[in-house]
Amino acid sequence: MTNIADHPSNTYDIEKIRSDFPILGTEVHGQPFAFLDSAASAQKPRQVIAAISAVYDSGYANVHRGAYQLSEVVTDNYEGARDKVQHFLNAEHRGEIIFTRNATEAINLVAASYARNKLNCGDEIIITEMDHHSNIVPWQLLKAEKDLVLKVVPITDAGELRMDIFEKLLTSRTKLVSVPHISNVLGTVLPVKRIVELAHSAGAAALIDGCQAVMHEAVDVQGLDCDFYAFSGHKLYGPSGIGVLYGKKELLDAMPPYMGGGDMINTVTFEESTWAELPNKFEAGTPAIAQAIGLGAAIDYINDIGLVSIARHENELLDYTTSKLNAIDGLKIIGTASNKVSVISMTLDCAHPHDMATILDRSGVAIRAGHHCAQPLMDRLGLPATARASFGLYNNQNDADQLCQALETVQEIFG
Amino acid sequence: MPGIGNGTGDFWLMLDELRELYQEVILDHGKNPRNFRRPDKPKREAAGTNPLCGDQLVVYVDVDQNECIVDVSFLGKGCAISIASASMMTEIVKGKSIAEAKALFDNFRKMCTTDDFDLEGEDGDEEIERLQVLSGVRQFPVRVKCATLAWHALDAAVQGVEEISTE
Repeated sequence: MTNIADHPSNTYDIEKIRSDFPILGTEVHGQPFAFLDSAASAQKPRQVIAAISAVYDSGYANVHRGAYQLSEVVTDNYEGARDKVQHFLNAEHRGEIIFTRNATEAINLVAASYARNKLNCGDEIIITEMDHHSNIVPWQLLKAEKDLVLKVVPITDAGELRMDIFEKLLTSRTKLVSVPHISNVLGTVLPVKRIVELAHSAGAAALIDGCQAVMHEAVDVQGLDCDFYAFSGHKLYGPSGIGVLYGKKELLDAMPPYMGGGDMINTVTFEESTWAELPNKFEAGTPAIAQAIGLGAAIDYINDIGLVSIARHENELLDYTTSKLNAIDGLKIIGTASNKVSVISMTLDCAHPHDMATILDRSGVAIRAGHHCAQPLMDRLGLPATARASFGLYNNQNDADQLCQALETVQEIFG
Repeated sequence: MPGIGNGTGDFWLMLDELRELYQEVILDHGKNPRNFRRPDKPKREAAGTNPLCGDQLVVYVDVDQNECIVDVSFLGKGCAISIASASMMTEIVKGKSIAEAKALFDNFRKMCTTDDFDLEGEDGDEEIERLQVLSGVRQFPVRVKCATLAWHALDAAVQGVEEISTE
């Protein structure tokens, strides 16, 4: 069951959706703009842009401290955005939603506040070969500081997690399992519910990096029973500078503050201070006010279309594009998991991904080329880089056709 | 309609511009790099990485007592531009003094970023002018780092720095 109501209509009005995104009407190098890099950061609909403008146009003030009407209104809007995130993730309490700068900060918060205090010398953290640097480096830093053991679950050649090996890696010393919900390189959807169950049965907490998931499928943190869930606003058609950490209330309550400052205290004297209640305990200083409100508008926008409709549209586009790409000689799709989203990594026999990206750019097609902040995964795959095309709710078959045509140009030059 | 970039949208013009970047010489050096080897006993070496795209090169250089580059080679993975540039660099700097190689690097960098800047060899050194084929990167600013990666690594190697990054 999802907590997001599907759109009542069965039709997906792609033209209307595209018209909501001003940038999609732009030309690049004189070509129509086929933006296929939403997995890096998504474009913003005018509804989000308007919500951010409105914060500054019709009344901006700091939150949580002004004894005047305007500050109250802005505080209500900021806290209203938190309510939207709470419902979006189906969290039980609004205080379980902590605003951060991005998912990276959310993961670092868990490392610095939860894991640093809970884990001791010899305790284990388990991650995967598919992880983004943001779910590798924070644990390496902590590992060096606390003398921890960092274990890595391998993947199959198709890009699926070796669950059999994961089960074997879990021991009584495993205290934290931190995995991506969906791989940013391969598009693989991980069986996160099962991963959480297994982690819990070993006595470990589970953190899920949901950066690549929240825009593709409805997430229910209570259903998953995960302890922490992190995502970034900018990949969810919201602004950059805002991210979310969901944490179970009892865990967050027991955790010390991540940063000290204004807004996160109850009382302060020079001898000692006491902490504010959740969520403020973890939001020191003036937060990203307009960005949080913009994220709330992005969630409204997604709910209006419906994540079920979005997923159906993107999956059709994934199938369409995959079969067209498979027909191109010398092209190899990297990541062929049976359960994957509209993120397609590829290589061409004749050209390096960076050269592909340059030629695609001149053809109006924006993709990402490189290691995608997942160098260990590239090493596992034996590749220096891939070219990645990722599709969002606004992409259509024209974008896929333009991609394939541009790949023919690559072959014409390099073939 | 608002636009980004400077293309006209004409497919054949775009193809011409791309062929200006990816000239035959570059494609050839990219596919069959020269001096693509690690010496048995490397004297000086430096790794160059471009974290943006994952390009990684190691440049090996042997300098004699007169500060003359007597051997230079490289290994690595990268795009056509970075591999071709490295390959051509090894052919051209061999036999040159460190000072000459540095001056050439300065001029090469200028050529990659400045319109109408041509490389001219002294005393009819036509080899240097061959580097001019890489001037196409001017129209592709994000690729300048690819073209200069090996030169940065060479510069680091002769100075005894072991690793450089273009970031």
